[in-house]
Amino acid sequence: MEKFILAFLVGGAICMLGQLLMDVFRLTPAHMTVSLVVAGAVLGGLGLYEPLIKFAGAGASVPISSFGNSLVSGALAEAERNGIVGVLTGIFEVTSAGISSAIIFGFIASLLFKPKG
Amino acid sequence: MSDKKKKKLSPVQQEYQQFAKDREPKRPILKNCLRAFIAGGIICTIGQFFHWFYMTFFNFTEVTAANPTVASLIILSMLLTGFGVYDHIAQWAGGGTIVPVTGFANTITSAAIEHRSEGYVLGVGGNMFKIAGPVIVFGVFAAFIVAIARLAVEALGGML
Repeated sequence: MEKFILAFLVGGAICMLGQLLMDVFRLTPAHMTVSLVVAGAVLGGLGLYEPLIKFAGAGASVPISSFGNSLVSGALAEAERNGIVGVLTGIFEVTSAGISSAIIFGFIASLLFKPKG
Repeated sequence: MSDKKKKKLSPVQQEYQQFAKDREPKRPILKNCLRAFIAGGIICTIGQFFHWFYMTFFNFTEVTAANPTVASLIILSMLLTGFGVYDHIAQWAGGGTIVPVTGFANTITSAAIEHRSEGYVLGVGGNMFKIAGPVIVFGVFAAFIVAIARLAVEALGGML
């Protein structure tokens, strides 16, 4: 049960950070998400994001910053096995589920739904 | 507007910039933040439910369960976008719906639906990543640099 509360608090805090970036620093939504992804990648490279996921579960893995972390961790895991080329071959290893399902279901949605308004 | 751009403007233009700035509606920062916190928190709690579900009923571990969780949220977001519900939630929640992975799925789905009138190859295929593209491009490039830097530090026997 406490996992759910931690997910709520940490996930909410990351979303609030995004809202602050938009309101206070006047970033567009695209710039804001890009900043969060890059921040996630840097934290992942320093080995700080994995503990956050262990601590908050989906609160850290659902926000877009975990996308940057997954890219880095996939690249590093593959590099450990296959050397420096692994950075290229492994970069999408962990994020494959997110990107492929987004493409597949996005396309299905375009077949099923008509634009509104 | 940056200072560099301001110098090129004539005094009248500068006066107008000031005039426009004074009349721009103030953003209710506190209210927006509270809404983003609540909406983002609820989406992550739903994610945590999927996380728990996949760990309890399927053989996923704490770390691997994140992948099907993200996929489930993307399907949910695609349905809500298709039925036109997600936009109403986003109107209220702001950053709370953009930051979670559901916002990423929402931009892909809405771009795909919006451009279907231009045909499936050039319309849907060509525009699907119009809004979500920057996230992937900068994410992958940053990840590449970070991974190379980390490997270089490790090779040099650094402290990481």
